Amino acid sequence: MIELKDLTKEFKTSKAEVFAVRDVNLTIQNGEVFGIIGFSGAGKSTLVRCINLLERPTSGSVIINGVDLTRLSTKELREARKKIGMIFQQFNLLSQRTVEANIRYPLEIAGVKREAADARVKELLELVDLTDKAKAYPSQLSGGQKQRVAIARALAPEPEIILCDEATSALDPITTSSILDLLKSLNQKLGVTIVVITHEMRVVEQICDRVAVMSAGEIKEEGTVRGVFLNPQSETAKRLIEPSHSDALSTPRANTLRLAFTGDESGAPVISDMTIQCDTMVNILAANTENIGGKAFGQMLIELPEDAASQKKIKDYLDGRGIHYEEGGDA
Amino acid sequence: MLSPEMMDLLLSGTWETLYMTIVSTLIAYIFGVPLGLILYVTGDGGIRRNRAVNLVVGVIVNILRSVPFLILLVFILPFTRAVVGTTIGSTATIVPLVVAAAPYVARMVESSLKEIDGGVIEAARAMGSSTWQIIWKVFLPEAKPSLLVGATISLATILGYSAMAGFVGGGGLGAIAINYGYYRYQSDIMLITVILLVIIVQIFQEGGLKLVSKVDKRTR
Repeated sequence: MIELKDLTKEFKTSKAEVFAVRDVNLTIQNGEVFGIIGFSGAGKSTLVRCINLLERPTSGSVIINGVDLTRLSTKELREARKKIGMIFQQFNLLSQRTVEANIRYPLEIAGVKREAADARVKELLELVDLTDKAKAYPSQLSGGQKQRVAIARALAPEPEIILCDEATSALDPITTSSILDLLKSLNQKLGVTIVVITHEMRVVEQICDRVAVMSAGEIKEEGTVRGVFLNPQSETAKRLIEPSHSDALSTPRANTLRLAFTGDESGAPVISDMTIQCDTMVNILAANTENIGGKAFGQMLIELPEDAASQKKIKDYLDGRGIHYEEGGDA
Repeated sequence: MLSPEMMDLLLSGTWETLYMTIVSTLIAYIFGVPLGLILYVTGDGGIRRNRAVNLVVGVIVNILRSVPFLILLVFILPFTRAVVGTTIGSTATIVPLVVAAAPYVARMVESSLKEIDGGVIEAARAMGSSTWQIIWKVFLPEAKPSLLVGATISLATILGYSAMAGFVGGGGLGAIAINYGYYRYQSDIMLITVILLVIIVQIFQEGGLKLVSKVDKRTR
């Protein structure tokens, strides 16, 4: 279990003190995939670096399985870090080492015997499906392959936690999806706790159990992904969830509904079916849906017809289908 | 056109130059690499920041670097005699060459280390590496190509210094150029020594860069 208590990180510049993280309290359970989402500069990278003390918090404590890392000696902290894997946006592989030597690095520094390390590396290469690239150098790999090497390297010392700092932000959508699938399967197979830092809602949607929304160094809200997605409370969460490239939601207008698809709905064409069933027409103002694992995720902003009767029919229909919606404008 | 004696002289001069340059460079690296590491590790953003150490080493390095080589050569003659027992000849020249080159090498090493991607160092720290493990397993291997480029440049610079040693009785091609070409106005000898020096520098340079492109794994 990771417990962050009253965690604050200040950066002192010559002119002012800047709070990168302010009074964060967070509990992440073992075996959980926890997301921390926010826009650039929200302080989420600093926060995740405070978990393994790459950044030493100005105040507050980081308690992992009952041990307060901020109180450990340098040597004890090094040992603690071996149980916390980390992967990065830029992969951060050793450029002069082969794939297998990169994966071996954490085993070398832990003093694992040659034969045992060889066996472990082989096993990890299979796990991330890169056995044929064992002798390749990072410069010969694609972004997705590099990140899989980084994941294997992070897993080598059998960590209890993996921290992912924008781990998919440098990857294309398809590669992102496959890396996220890999992380999720590792979480399920090995029970490793995963903390994901991201600015992309789809990352959270795809793998996280719970999510915290961060802005200006503070946690604005926290809850299950479904809960935050369906009922965002904070301004930041609303902006993050909002269909991209549209100002539709920020300027409230009457007779609009925001529909949220969380993958639980049937695969039937909802909007077409709705217009037929309700014998009315809707205007799709904005939509941002994705097909993840055969299920629809995302949201749609629709404009309803003027008359109240049609509006009621539509809402009844949506209720009947179990599709979550929020009213815009008139609320 | 050249007398056999002159041929022998040039040949032994070439060997002396190579001997002085290569041995001095090696010894300069034995001192320069740890100094460069200290400068880097204790400097701003280093993994073991230490203002005091950084300042002291930095100042010593800068002082030695600002003394012109010819002055340094004369200035440390007593030290040279204390170390090798003489102040004349190729071996005696190695002492001032090392004293002049080690601080230069230290800065070269420091600048090579500064090229290492900060993210890689962060990853190494996150994995629980100790300072020594980071130095041996991350800094030196990751900076290897750049360190080799630096060594190639250092070699050429030290070769240039070694030629100056001819003025105070050091050996090598520099001494021949000064004694025959300068004091005796034998411009043909001067020309030949210069050509030989150019060829040696070329060989070092080309060989060094070939080696670098062979060891560097960053390019496909």
